[in-house]
Amino acid sequence: MRDNTLLEVRNLKTYFYTMDGTVLAVDGVDFVMREGQTVGLVGESGCGKSVTALSIMRLITPPGKIVGGQVIFDGEDLLKVDDEEIRRVRGNKIAMVFQDPMTSLNPVLTINRQVSEALELHLGMNKDESRKRSIELLEIVGIPEAAKRIDDYPHQFSGGMRQRVMIAMALSCNPQLLIADEPTTALDVTIQAQIIELVKRLKKELGMAVIWITHDMGVVAGMCERVIVMYAGHIAESARVSDIYADPRHPYTLGLLGSIPRLDAARKSKLTPIEGLPPDLINAPPGCPFAPRCAWVIDICHQECPRLRGVGPGHETACWANVKEGRA
Amino acid sequence: MSINEILLEVKGLKMHFPLTQGIIIQRQVGAVKAVDGLNFFIRRGETLGLVGESGCGKSTTGRAILQLYRPTAGQVLFEGQDLCKMAGERLRQMRRRMQMIFQDPYASLNPRMTVGNIIGEPMEIHNLAKGKEKQEKVQELLRVVGLNPYFSNRYPHEFSGGQRQRIGVARALAVQPEFIVCDEPISALDVSIQAQIINLLEELQAEFHLTYLFIAHDLSVVRHLSDRVAVMYLGKIVEIATRDDLYRTPLHPYIKALLSAVPIPDPTVEARRERIILVGDVPSPVNPPSGCNFHTRCPIAIPLCSEQEPAFVDKGVDHWAACHRV
Ligand SMILES: Nc1ncnc2c1ncn2[C@@H]1O[C@H](COP(=O)(O)OP(=O)(O)OP(=O)(O)O)[C@@H](O)[C@H]1O
Ligand SMILES: Nc1ncnc2c1ncn2[C@@H]1O[C@H](COP(=O)(O)OP(=O)(O)OP(=O)(O)O)[C@@H](O)[C@H]1O
Ligand code: SF4
Ligand code: SF4
Ligand SMILES: [Mg+2]
Ligand SMILES: [Mg+2]
Repeated sequence: MRDNTLLEVRNLKTYFYTMDGTVLAVDGVDFVMREGQTVGLVGESGCGKSVTALSIMRLITPPGKIVGGQVIFDGEDLLKVDDEEIRRVRGNKIAMVFQDPMTSLNPVLTINRQVSEALELHLGMNKDESRKRSIELLEIVGIPEAAKRIDDYPHQFSGGMRQRVMIAMALSCNPQLLIADEPTTALDVTIQAQIIELVKRLKKELGMAVIWITHDMGVVAGMCERVIVMYAGHIAESARVSDIYADPRHPYTLGLLGSIPRLDAARKSKLTPIEGLPPDLINAPPGCPFAPRCAWVIDICHQECPRLRGVGPGHETACWANVKEGRA
Repeated sequence: MSINEILLEVKGLKMHFPLTQGIIIQRQVGAVKAVDGLNFFIRRGETLGLVGESGCGKSTTGRAILQLYRPTAGQVLFEGQDLCKMAGERLRQMRRRMQMIFQDPYASLNPRMTVGNIIGEPMEIHNLAKGKEKQEKVQELLRVVGLNPYFSNRYPHEFSGGQRQRIGVARALAVQPEFIVCDEPISALDVSIQAQIINLLEELQAEFHLTYLFIAHDLSVVRHLSDRVAVMYLGKIVEIATRDDLYRTPLHPYIKALLSAVPIPDPTVEARRERIILVGDVPSPVNPPSGCNFHTRCPIAIPLCSEQEPAFVDKGVDHWAACHRV
């Protein structure tokens, strides 16, 4: 059977074994992505977004360990393939753009050296070919006067330009999947808008799938087809983008949407915050991780962790309560 | 005290940082024109929002007002008295009435001091309370900002980001200020915690009749909190208006672009939106562009724009903007 499934993550668990105890950073994450699809991965700091992405690429290093699950990409479980194969997949079929472009570019190498490297490594180009292609790639991502700027060093580029270089590097081998980990969080809104337009355009032209990691529910609304909301190492809710905003079924999603002021809505006199704090991932009590902050909590929530269940077409929530019916 | 009383007025404020070269003999080779001629006022009890992209001079403005930097030029009139001309004891007394809340709740609290001492210290410096009275006030302040009064013996590292920001707010309140510069007080916090601090700032304003200069780059949050809003670009204010005027009928092409770039958490709205994508990056404040300093990125610039600086004028009812084309 051949469908257009590109990535299937099954019961992924990644833990960190620290001095203070075991951090259950990703604790049973399940999702499926189709070819060419854009999926937003949202949730607040520490909920496991980056660790999920790094686990897919098998880039977890000690004290971290992928302790269970499957990452089936293009029909193959990446957690089972040998080191050589995973290196071939990385950068070639799956590429990643990291949150901080300054730390992920090497400050002592020219832009040309860094963009060319992947081309020479994965596509076997020689120096002239890779330079020519690097200039093309920089032009594609909108670096003005790319031929002149290609011998510059990273510090000569602005934050937005560095992020474009990262995207150019990620695109160099025509990946089937681009994982962008908060690529615009450190940037201004005007530069963020430039990068979002760029990725949308490239997606259309190249047909790649994108996992876009962010904590901004607004960014997701403008660019993703599906949304996965994470909380404390678990998926709280996943749905088509229109359903997440119009018909949220998890109290945490509702809380996130209610607590941010909206530019286009009537000004509320008061925001409705989510009370309390995000949980400690080391000594997680049994039951639903959101229970200490949840307004819908019922007895069972403290005893047993809810599993994802379908609540509509392509819409799943991990919650014991029936949030829709309970809503006024 | 009248409703329209102006508490703070800034006139021609400039803050230039010298750029030096040479290791042994330093000579000045230029200046970072971080703040380059600002004019605005804040009424007692209101919140003036200050927005703009990173590096446009927002924090420098806040610091120059509080005299944490001594301005290169201009006046900062607090109840009509120029802070820039004050020094010593007189300035110290005025400073008690003005406080700042910082962006980074991790870096802004001394890790070796207990929370009680952090909050109590400004009271001692300004001879407002000591001993038991001080302790009681500290506990009262902790309660006011929504923390447990028994936390006063703990150290900052024992608290989360949101709790630390509350401690920072309590410290600012300790000297009973009238005016607070809030410099991106929620940017470093988790999304689910931000609304807690926004609500707290609003409650405190109502309770203690505080006046805020609220600095942020998040236009939605600024709209939520502000009575009036000033927009900065490269060291200058390009537009000031009441909140509703600015968000409903923005005039300057820069704020129009900024507003259009803010993502809205609603896919149907997003699908229909027209974005004004600005090209390029913000130029350096060392060599700002000639004329209107926005002309290098402005979608509607005309030749005049690179030659002549547009005047900052009232285009309506207290709706000020600096642009040749509005
Ligand atoms: N090297 C590490 N050692 C110990 N714990 C770690 C390590 N890396 C991540 N963690 C923990 O794993 C959890 C998930 O981290 P992750 O980086 O995935 O969060 P995130 O959702 O990407 O957050 P952010 O929005 O801040 O980037 C966190 O609680 C974090 O403290
Ligand atoms: N002490 C200083 N010495 C030299 N230059 C400075 C100093 N402080 C700030 N600057 C420069 O002045 C300009 C304005 O900085 P400022 O911190 O006021 O910007 P901002 O609007 O607060 O930005 P952000 O949103 O990133 O906080 C920047 O170019 C900055 O590099
Ligand atoms: S399972 Fe219970 S505690 Fe968890 S989100 Fe649902 S109602 Fe709240
Ligand atoms: S003065 Fe000219 S360049 Fe400046 S904002 Fe107006 S139209 Fe644009
Ligand atoms: Mg992360
Ligand atoms: Mg600042």
